[in-house]
Parts: sequence; C-alpha cells; structure tokens
Amino acid sequence: MSLTREQMAQRVAQELQDGFYVNLGIGIPTLVANYVPENMEVMLQSENGLLGMGEFPTEETIDADMINAGKQTVTTVKGASIFSSAESFAMIRGGHVDLTVLGAFEVDVNGNIASWMIPNKLIKGMGGAMDLVAGAENIIVTMTHASKDGESKLLSNCSLPLTGKGCIKKVLTDLAWLEIADGAFVLKERAPGVSVEEIVEKTQGKLIVPDHVPEMQFA
Amino acid sequence: MAGFDKVVASFEEAMVGLEDGMTILAGGFGLCGIPENLIAEIKRKGTKGLTVVSNNCGVDGFGLGILLEDKQITKMVSSYVGENALFEKQLLNGELEVELTPQGTLAEKMRAGGAGIPAFYTATGVGTPVAEGKETKEFNGREYLLEEAIVGDFAIVKGWKADRYGNVIYRHTAQNFNPLAATAGKITVVEVEEIVEVGELDPAQIHTPGIYVNRVVLGTFEKRIEKRTVKTAE
Repeated sequence: MSLTREQMAQRVAQELQDGFYVNLGIGIPTLVANYVPENMEVMLQSENGLLGMGEFPTEETIDADMINAGKQTVTTVKGASIFSSAESFAMIRGGHVDLTVLGAFEVDVNGNIASWMIPNKLIKGMGGAMDLVAGAENIIVTMTHASKDGESKLLSNCSLPLTGKGCIKKVLTDLAWLEIADGAFVLKERAPGVSVEEIVEKTQGKLIVPDHVPEMQFA
Repeated sequence: MAGFDKVVASFEEAMVGLEDGMTILAGGFGLCGIPENLIAEIKRKGTKGLTVVSNNCGVDGFGLGILLEDKQITKMVSSYVGENALFEKQLLNGELEVELTPQGTLAEKMRAGGAGIPAFYTATGVGTPVAEGKETKEFNGREYLLEEAIVGDFAIVKGWKADRYGNVIYRHTAQNFNPLAATAGKITVVEVEEIVEVGELDPAQIHTPGIYVNRVVLGTFEKRIEKRTVKTAE
C-alpha cells in the first residue's frame, strides 16, 4: 500500500532531532508538526517572520496580526521570536535552519527540484521556495512518486522550470524513501507492502537498488 | 516649526507628491500588516501607471487588489500573486506586467536599497528562470546571482505604534516586509493604530527608527483575515 499523507508526515517526523529549527512547507510538510515525538523540542520557522510557530488559535484568541507563511492564523510557542522578512531569510539563506521540508512537482538524479511553475498554466509565483532550497543544507522533498496518469516524478532531468539546482538529497514519496547521490536515486526504504518492482517501474531516473530494501517502520 | 514631528493630519496629506508612473514599495504579507488606508487613498487619488513592489497583490476587493479595479498598476514586483482573479485577468490580457521575485531576494532587495547597497550576490534562483539575463559569479566553489537593490519613490508602511518623531513598532507578524519598505522609500509614509508622545516607546524596542520615516498618519484598520484557521475543539 502506498503511504497516506499522514503516514508520509509520520515518516518525515522520524528525521527530526531534538533542538532542530525546522521550516515546513504547505501541504504534507505542514502535517509533520503533528508527529513531533513527545520527548523532543523542535521549533518551527515560518518565513513570513516567525520562529516558534504554535497551533491554531481558538475563536477567542484569533488575531489577524498573527499568521504563518501559508497566511493561516496561528499562535506562538513559549520562546518564540518575531522579526522582519529580511531577518527571516537571513536565517534561511545563511543556513541556520536545520531541516526544510517541502513539496515538489519533480526531482531529478542531480538533485534538481521543480516545484513552482507549469508553463502555459497560470504562474502564481515561487514565494520563498527558491530561497529555502538554496539556503538549506538538509532538505526533504515530499511528493507522490508518480502522477495520477502514472508518469514518474523522479526523473533523469526535470522537465519543468527549476526551483533550485543540485540542492536535493532526500526524497520521501508515497512509495519510498530515497536519497540522491552521484547522479542516481538510491532506494533506502519502501512503504509497507510496496514491492521493489513497483518502485523501479515508477522511477524514470537512474535508481540504485541495494540488495536489501527494508520496509518503513511506523510506531 | 515641525522639527522632527512627522505626523500629518490626513491620508491625502500623507500621499502628497505621488504622481503617475512612480514606484511604490508596500509592506505586508498577504493581507497581514498592509497599509489599508494609504492604498485606499491611492485609489481615491486615481494615480496611474504605478509600479508596485510588494510580496503579494492583495485579494479581489481588498488590499492592493483594489488598485487593479481602475488599472492603476502597470507592473507588480512580487513573490506570490495567486490570490486574485482580477490580477490573473489583467496579466493574461497584457494590461499588467509581473516580475516574480523569490521572497527572500525581494526582502533583501528592499533592505539593500535602503542601506545604500546597489546589488548583492545570492544563491537563490541559480539555474532557474529567475537567473535569466543576470550576472553570476563563483565564490568558494558555489555559483551566485547578482541581484539589484530596489528603491521606491514612495514606501507605504503599516505600523502598530509610532511616536511623533516617526519611531515605529510593529505588532506580531504584521512586521514582515514593513520595516524593509520603510528604509527604501524616497518618501516613507507610515500609518499606525496609535500615535504616542515622544519618549513613550522604549528606544531599544523600536523596529523602524524615525530617520527613515517622512510622514506618520493615524488610521483605523479592518485587518481582514485571509485564511481563518482555528483549533478544533478537543
């Protein structure tokens, strides 16, 4: 079975470490916040200028001046700080954020990522995605392995305009956990019940399959 | 004798000198921390041919979106403009030009503009459509893009509190691009929720020192929420 969105978030959460500053993109990455292990302190960065994002407010505490980068109303956790957009991107571009998780349309064997623009469709803009992928050392891309029509999103060369070049090393799809090294995807784990053959079939770019590919473990 | 007193009595007075074809830098992120009343004044004034530099372009009927209604904006410099049907229509018609700029680069362009730095190198956008036509240079084995700073004829800014000297404090995440825009306007206008006497604000807590600010005006704000999310009852 391919992973659900919640399971994808759970798997990404296994990569969190105590004391990490983390930027979570919109969609599946946002759900990762629900699976931070209880014995661990993680602080969420939101690129509109917030470090220490908390949960959604109540009807009583909702505040138009307190939003996240997805423009949702949020709260702060104890120890949070708020700052300007330039300061926010200084910490992103300067490599101070420990982990960035974001979605994508395509990733390729050279670590290129395309996530913001489909030519001939309406282009809304890249927001902070280009800064995030250029600035972060540790990035996890979350996406479905193939499109609804079965087209692979793990390619030898991205076909869409790039968000960043040579910056992606880890990808979690609904089928597999992969790393990118030396111009190839390396299959590290497969979703429970998903065969290596299915992953091979749905990966267009060069894929290295080790002798043993463990199933992902969920608590 | 005005001295350092920057307070003006009306929005009309706050926007004196704005002319067709000028560049305006606007603070705000989505609808959070936008200079609502100064935008409304620009609409009332009917100034045309504007280039507006702002992370977003409001929504239909609110924020910068209202300046599209009478086609007052000819160019937007933004990182994300997806919340606005009229924007989309004018873009597809060719009535509106948009220069999509990565969010961090946009912030730094304003910061640099206000700080007297004409351009800077960044890794953001290397190998992407953003890099087209831009100079690149390698530092420590990595490629960087040369991005030019932005300054505006006007900066329109939303603060929380200001004193009469134009020292400004922002509230929560309504800070965002506001302090950056404030530094990079030839004329910087700040509208605030409260004007306090000089000396009331703690000097160490000032976000925008008054040296950047030309005019301060008192406003009332709708503060529309773009995405209202609340905790579900447990």
